[in-house]
Amino acid sequence: MYELIVVGGGPAGLAAACAAWDSGLRHILIVERDRELGGILNQCIHNGFGLTWFKEELTGPEYAHRFIELLARTGVEVRTDTMVLDVTADLRVHMTGPATGYRIERAKSVILAMGCRERTRGAIGIPGTRPAGVYTAGAAQRYVNVEGWLPGRRVVILGSGDIGLIMARRMTLEGAKVLACVEVMPYSGGLTRNIVQCLQDFDIPLYLSHTVTQIRGRDRVEQVVVSRVDEKRAPIPGTEMVFDCDTLLLSVGLIPENELTERAGVEMDPRTKGAVVYENMETSVPGVFTCGNVTHVHDLVDFVSAESQRAGTAAAKYVLHGPAAGESVSLKNGPGVSYTVPQRVRPQNVEKAFNVFFRVNRIFGKSEIVVRARERELCRFKRDRLAPGEMENITVPVKLLEGVTGDVTVEIREV
Amino acid sequence: MTDVVIIGCGVIGAAAAMELSRYDLDITVVERENDVAVGTTKANSAILHAGYDPRPGTLMARLNVRGSALARDYCAALDVPYRQCGSMVLAFSERELATLRELLERGVKNGVPGLTILSGGEARTREPALSDAVLAALWAPTAAIVSPWELCLAFAETAVKNGARLRLNTTVTGLERMEEGWRVHTSAGDIETRYVVNAAGVDSDAVHDMAAPHSFDIKPSRGEYYLLDKAEGTRVNTVVFQCPSERGKGVLVSPTVHGNLIVGPNAESAEKHDLATTARGLDFVRETAKLSVPSVDFSKSIRNFAGVRANTGRDDFLIGVAAPGFVDLAGICSPGLTSAPAIGEYAVELLAGEGLALKKKEHFDFQRRRVRFKELPEAERQALVERDPAYGRVICRCETVTEGEILACLRTPVPPVSVDGVKRRVNAGMGRCQGGFCAPRVVEILARELKISPGDIVKDRAGMNILAEETKGGGSRV
Repeated sequence: MYELIVVGGGPAGLAAACAAWDSGLRHILIVERDRELGGILNQCIHNGFGLTWFKEELTGPEYAHRFIELLARTGVEVRTDTMVLDVTADLRVHMTGPATGYRIERAKSVILAMGCRERTRGAIGIPGTRPAGVYTAGAAQRYVNVEGWLPGRRVVILGSGDIGLIMARRMTLEGAKVLACVEVMPYSGGLTRNIVQCLQDFDIPLYLSHTVTQIRGRDRVEQVVVSRVDEKRAPIPGTEMVFDCDTLLLSVGLIPENELTERAGVEMDPRTKGAVVYENMETSVPGVFTCGNVTHVHDLVDFVSAESQRAGTAAAKYVLHGPAAGESVSLKNGPGVSYTVPQRVRPQNVEKAFNVFFRVNRIFGKSEIVVRARERELCRFKRDRLAPGEMENITVPVKLLEGVTGDVTVEIREV
Repeated sequence: MTDVVIIGCGVIGAAAAMELSRYDLDITVVERENDVAVGTTKANSAILHAGYDPRPGTLMARLNVRGSALARDYCAALDVPYRQCGSMVLAFSERELATLRELLERGVKNGVPGLTILSGGEARTREPALSDAVLAALWAPTAAIVSPWELCLAFAETAVKNGARLRLNTTVTGLERMEEGWRVHTSAGDIETRYVVNAAGVDSDAVHDMAAPHSFDIKPSRGEYYLLDKAEGTRVNTVVFQCPSERGKGVLVSPTVHGNLIVGPNAESAEKHDLATTARGLDFVRETAKLSVPSVDFSKSIRNFAGVRANTGRDDFLIGVAAPGFVDLAGICSPGLTSAPAIGEYAVELLAGEGLALKKKEHFDFQRRRVRFKELPEAERQALVERDPAYGRVICRCETVTEGEILACLRTPVPPVSVDGVKRRVNAGMGRCQGGFCAPRVVEILARELKISPGDIVKDRAGMNILAEETKGGGSRV
């Protein structure tokens, strides 16, 4: 019987396991499906990681390595090349691996840290032929950075999410010609620094309010057709541009990978597509916690580490001191807010303050983030600019929740 | 000299090959592509029709009903995913209700068991997601769903195990009548044979014309589909059709044996190999399907595809002896998949009529089993991984497909050479991430096992290379 089983050895699982060890747990197991710890960071060989957490600029593998080194100083057990197939509500974890065999392990607590996957062509329904040459940006990244193969030479990228932007630069550096980055929304879904460093610095045009409306080519992609879209994101006839290319990369969104979470009977949030969590990252199933991109898609890994550390600490507290107590208030998204994490807060379980992470649903100029309980304003935070591509974070002192019952709403007011 | 050359290894050619392989015969199957089941066989509704559609008295009617019964037995014997889930044809108006009565009558004449007409209420009790506008439904309990490519693979593998030769990447370029039999000209040399079977699918008219006077044209009809995530897989439990028209059997909503939901097709005339989907066609499929089942959640789509049916404009298959020793299995439109086993049998009959001597083999190997790790109980999983650790390594996360299953399919009588070939055999890459995670690993396994460069691994057909060139650092140099 383990005190804690962590499903996933990416940045979330690593930080959570380290924190749980530091908080006193001594029987911890990390189960990782890949052959190495580190998760998707291992294929992110560009820099820009760690500025917040380590106060220095690291590559993805370096960032992962910092945590792997910390882990090595603990007694946390690791099983790589092992995939978890099932987590039951009574905390039995089914896993399989060539060295592990097929095993069922019991645990007092479980942290789900499986990360996310990419949306595909099928999810967005691009019409046309089905040749080779259409890849998600992450798959292309794996081919280039891990396997050492360039998937194509003339590239169009659909979607301006961060992986797409990073791959625009990466493919260019490897000698491919990136013809365009096409974004259906009127703004980019990626970090501003990536727009500048990955597109503008390489003269790669960004077509906002455009989308790919047809893929052509029998065996390999030969052309893609790009059209402008109206306010409802419907293609406008007559605006078609044809690009001669052999590759289409898709960076059209990430989806938390929650099949295990759902099978465990955890309450889900349709907005984040992750579990509904309390302030300590605990789910609706006692002893089951989640953190990182499986909970909600983050913009920076540094925030994943912070969130996962809280989950690890909370799991240790749960095992050593029993379940958290207290009534909870629900956090609701008001105008301008797409979701909040956590969705519920138990004031009794918070020492001084709690963090609320969220994303806005459009670009805002100078604005204020307002937190209110019904009509009573609890606090407000000023921002110069808010964008959907960047995760927002506010710290709310818990004493403000005194006397509050029911819902607390987070909303954006442009000033 | 070979006894029979079969041109084309879709489900029809494979069925004919398997039926012929029951006898002491020298059989050669030639297939243009690098794998079997890659034409119409892999892109259709995956339905085994009960048999009320074809006009009574036609060959199509007889072969459909016979094929439906045979398919059930064959799927059980050859481990092909099959589920007899029944089908409904919906009527939304009195006029369509009249069509249901007509279909019922036809079905009875064709010998389809168990047909009844349900009221709208009865239909909704059985299938709660049906629209309130449904007035009545024709219920056909013998309709089933199947894995079409695995059915074809099972037939092809059985034929090969029983001695048939399969020559892939071989295009037939001409047929020459000899004193006795035929000389088949192919892209890979000539083959002399006593008999020829034309199972060339949408190109069966062109192959026919190589041997006999022109007598029909394939006028392909393209159908576009949605495949939805397993989260939608139980939206309906039976095959839900709308009333058929001249353009086909209409848009259906159906579960698949793989646990997904399939929705489609439309019917547009198209070029023979035009498999492109269109925004207009997909819009039509979505809107039309919602008339039957309004709650289908198309945001759960994981794939669109299109297939072409080998229509000829006639209401029957074009099966028969077209020249001495030359049999057409042509114009195999819907219900071709259902009829395939019966068409295979009938092909043998026709060849016998042309003088082919049939002597049953003493040992006909009619068994096939494959490991489906995901479906095994815990104890069997444990034992399997202990015996062969490769079954412990999950390659496809969405479908829980292990490396052991991929390695095993590479040792079958008809092994895959492409990523999609692996997908058709073990389902790797069929799930919600559509190979985003596992395709690079399947490429790696294929390259290793086939001992070729990753750059030579194709997605599906020859020419569909996945990787362009090594990076400056180089995959082979690290």
